[in-house]
Amino acid sequence: MPKITYVENSGKSHTIEVAKELTVMEGAIQNNIPGIDADCGGACACATCHVYVDALWVNKLPKIEDAEEDMLDMANEPNKFSRLSCQITVTEDLNGLVVKMPSKQG
Amino acid sequence: MIKTDVLVIGAGPVGIFIVQQLGLIGLKAEVVDNLDKIGGQCIELYPDKPIYDIPGLPECTGESLTKNLLEQIKPFKTNFHLNERVEEISKEKDNWKIQTSSKKIFLSPNIVIAAGVGSFEPRKFTVKDAEKFENKGIFYSIKDKNIFKDKKVCIFGGGDSALDWAIELSKVSEVTLVHRRNEFRGAEHSAQVAKQLEKESKLKIKTPFQIQSIEGNNSINGITIKTEEGKVEKIETDYLLGFFGLIMKLGPILEWGLNIDNKTIPVDTKNFQTNKEGIFAIGDICTYPGKLKLILSGFHEGALAARACFKLARPNENYRFEFTTTSKKLHERLGVKK
Repeated sequence: MPKITYVENSGKSHTIEVAKELTVMEGAIQNNIPGIDADCGGACACATCHVYVDALWVNKLPKIEDAEEDMLDMANEPNKFSRLSCQITVTEDLNGLVVKMPSKQG
Repeated sequence: MIKTDVLVIGAGPVGIFIVQQLGLIGLKAEVVDNLDKIGGQCIELYPDKPIYDIPGLPECTGESLTKNLLEQIKPFKTNFHLNERVEEISKEKDNWKIQTSSKKIFLSPNIVIAAGVGSFEPRKFTVKDAEKFENKGIFYSIKDKNIFKDKKVCIFGGGDSALDWAIELSKVSEVTLVHRRNEFRGAEHSAQVAKQLEKESKLKIKTPFQIQSIEGNNSINGITIKTEEGKVEKIETDYLLGFFGLIMKLGPILEWGLNIDNKTIPVDTKNFQTNKEGIFAIGDICTYPGKLKLILSGFHEGALAARACFKLARPNENYRFEFTTTSKKLHERLGVKK
């Protein structure tokens, strides 16, 4: 299974195996990793699963769609590394992906 | 004071449907919701997104589902108390006394919490001092636009609220519209109007900028904004308006002595009662082994919770199970004419 590393805003890091087809958000929720809220449950409707994707990975992800970009307007302190983790589906190619959580969600 | 059989917190699909289940067994409900409209997440988050898993409705939207559910509870003439958040509850003999943010008081033997992920509240600026100036120089909604007349106003956001207010206030105020990227997600037409106003120097637009800091001691003097590339600008302003959409917060529910597990409320699946007698939780906010956060689960949970409410609201009566297909009593309550 692909390994994903979630880094809390404090710097605490969690590397876990996430089954393919799950989203990066679901990987965090199912493993009780703090820092990702996902209030709407993955409908790209709330911007509370906001993460900063590691610079090495940002261009390897599927392109951001308009709906996600629109929702990121609502995220707390978005920047060019910002993604909504519910919109990133885990594949073999994402083995080793590193995402960092913001200081707060929303 | 309003006396009722059941106070329902949350006017989402599950909160609306339990009103129908309560109405059928002869119980009166009042519904409170912090939003300014009925429908909860269905209306606020995805009014136009299709839903495919409501039994008997191959396809609907958040908006059409809400409309149909309201049609279904029409016979029960229910009061919805919108723009109000339930703040405090206390036990008074066999009833719960419930107070809302606008100081309305309800007395009811039953409270049904159908609050989803919590009440919707505006997302706020997170920079230092933003809290200090809230409701003085910083606003997230506008009650009286006259206070901005002949003042300098900075509006943040890229959606319809930000665009509409920028256009409106540009008639009487010195407006700067600030947004984190060059594209606006609000209506295309509004974005065009704003850009035209900028050409006519009636409005300033600053993109792609985000707030860095607020300057001022007792009142706001100005702000500093920055781009991701590190370009910094200072803007003199009297007011800051933030339109970043809404976020859901559990809020006062956390203070009521209910068991809480990871932002949800554990319930007994026999009747969906919480650890407090007469307080039930249904829909996304409740949890139990095997819980699915689907609207259809919330309907089932409401049907069972409604029967449990009957016992507390009518302690001296026996509840009798009846079908809507055949029961004369239910037809009367539904106003069905033969």
